[in-house]
Amino acid sequence: MAALQEFEKVLDKSDKNVATFRKHTPLQKVQHFLHSTPAAVPAIVLIAAIIIFGVLKGERFFSAYTLTLILQQIAIVGILGVGQTLVILVAGIDLSIGVIMVISTVIMGNCAITYGLPVVLSIGIGVLAGAAAGLLNGFLVAIMRLPPFIVTLGTWYIVMATNFIYSANETIRDADITEKANFLHFFGVSFKIGGAVFTLGVVLMIVLVGGLWYVLNHTAWGRHLYAVGDDPAAAELSGIRVKRVLISAYMLAGIIAALAAWVAIGRNGSISPSAAVTEYNLQSITAAVIGGISLFGGRGSIVGTLIGAMIVGVVSMGLNMLGADPQWKVFLTGGLIISAVAVDQWIRKVAS
Amino acid sequence: MTQSGKPEPILKARGLVKRYGRVTALDSADFDLYPGEILAVIGDNGAGKSSLIKALSGAIWLDEGEIELDGKPVNFRSPMEARDAGIETVYQNLALSPALSIADNMFLGREIRRPGFLGSWLRMLDRPRMQQIARDKLSELGLMTIQNIGQAVETLSGGQRQGVAVARAAAFGSKVVIMDEPTAALGVKESRRVLELILDVRARGLPIVLISHNMPHVFEVADRIHVHRLGKRHCVINPKDYTMSDAVAFMTGAKDPPEVMAA
Repeated sequence: MAALQEFEKVLDKSDKNVATFRKHTPLQKVQHFLHSTPAAVPAIVLIAAIIIFGVLKGERFFSAYTLTLILQQIAIVGILGVGQTLVILVAGIDLSIGVIMVISTVIMGNCAITYGLPVVLSIGIGVLAGAAAGLLNGFLVAIMRLPPFIVTLGTWYIVMATNFIYSANETIRDADITEKANFLHFFGVSFKIGGAVFTLGVVLMIVLVGGLWYVLNHTAWGRHLYAVGDDPAAAELSGIRVKRVLISAYMLAGIIAALAAWVAIGRNGSISPSAAVTEYNLQSITAAVIGGISLFGGRGSIVGTLIGAMIVGVVSMGLNMLGADPQWKVFLTGGLIISAVAVDQWIRKVAS
Repeated sequence: MTQSGKPEPILKARGLVKRYGRVTALDSADFDLYPGEILAVIGDNGAGKSSLIKALSGAIWLDEGEIELDGKPVNFRSPMEARDAGIETVYQNLALSPALSIADNMFLGREIRRPGFLGSWLRMLDRPRMQQIARDKLSELGLMTIQNIGQAVETLSGGQRQGVAVARAAAFGSKVVIMDEPTAALGVKESRRVLELILDVRARGLPIVLISHNMPHVFEVADRIHVHRLGKRHCVINPKDYTMSDAVAFMTGAKDPPEVMAA
């Protein structure tokens, strides 16, 4: 080893432990736990909400039937939230995800009913349309380097208008679908386990969450998604093809939106282009944010999004049963969003 | 280093030119790195040090010039290609992902997959193996004050992060390790640790390019000093023959370079 500099000689006597860990206070331990387990906060909130409403409404709320009914109600938003999560993880946002879903329902329905194409092909075309819309978002964000908020605000309007122009705002009736293309209703099929009633849409939501949890945590692509959302410049220098990761995230979100479209047809029965005015996009962002996905990117667990959607579902069902004004649900959701972001900020301070 | 019997440079660049609009960052710059040496690159702000390093590590595209690695011409179009060729770079901002674990960071962009069905069909990462290798590499460099290889990089101190970045470069660099200002953000004690790491890496036979503003550090560890000025190689000096004030004088143009280059 080279000789020490004059001013460094005193270091011999100094503490040789380089940056050891200090003892954590209990609060810091909680902070570290939450930092490494991002779905813990929403899980605690969900359990608390179920207990509160369970105590207030007793058997009527705390039954397998009611709890699985909540799952059925959140299936669409839950699946959209999963797609939204991928985009938020790469520090983006997808305001167009809801209308991509609606236009996919219309395309699937028109192909199968109006044009008389085989159902499976119609669904394939609908999924392709979702993928194409996602690809457009990804291209504008990754290659044109436009801010995701602006890009998807633009495609939100563009896709919504296309949806109304293309469909001439004509609803496809439930009976027609049942008669000609009943497979479109596939995810609406329900089955019972004891008192619990599940639809295949709920099953798809859970399978998607499980599958993406695996992909995000145990494959290179998943790790790259987090790295890109965390610090794109560092990811680029580490040899990650950042543009490709960004485009794939937006595109997969589009595909998932199209899957949500299929589930939505099953749940609603009919296909209505005017569903485009429902703020599905904001509901999916709400699920992700309440689920602890950081809007700054790179942090959060996909399981959190599912829990986030469940929290909204439980609160809305609970307040409904209590006979509260529906606006209280909206009010409470707002409070939850702000609290979730506040908790996220606090957890992020773990490093300092 | 003696003049006679000097081996061929492992990394050699001739006539590098890089322009940013009307600014010429590299103006036909030359560069030589010999096997097993620590070459310091010094230069005033805006002299083109960063551009030189980015050119060598594949982070920018050159307008003109040639780079040879081990006598073979190379043309890197991305940092990935330079890495594949055996050139590892520790960037000043470290290029670590704060939220990912130490092991994930070390293997970022070159993950190991499980063998068999899990890896080839389900693309599953071989976490245990990556963690084992990461632990081994950190222990080799005496960095195992880090307790948990699975902890997020953002929970580490500045020195520890630097250690992770250096360990990553040393673990995967087969030909050259480039370090951009490795001690700039560190305290006295942590700087000392990083300098020891640099010497450790050289002791394992890897040549190092060290970019630094810290003259005492440069003079302590460097075998040769490449002085960069106005976009080109101004001169190369032996730290034993010159003082720090000489080096600063060459660097700022206060003094003409020595007639016979030590290169």
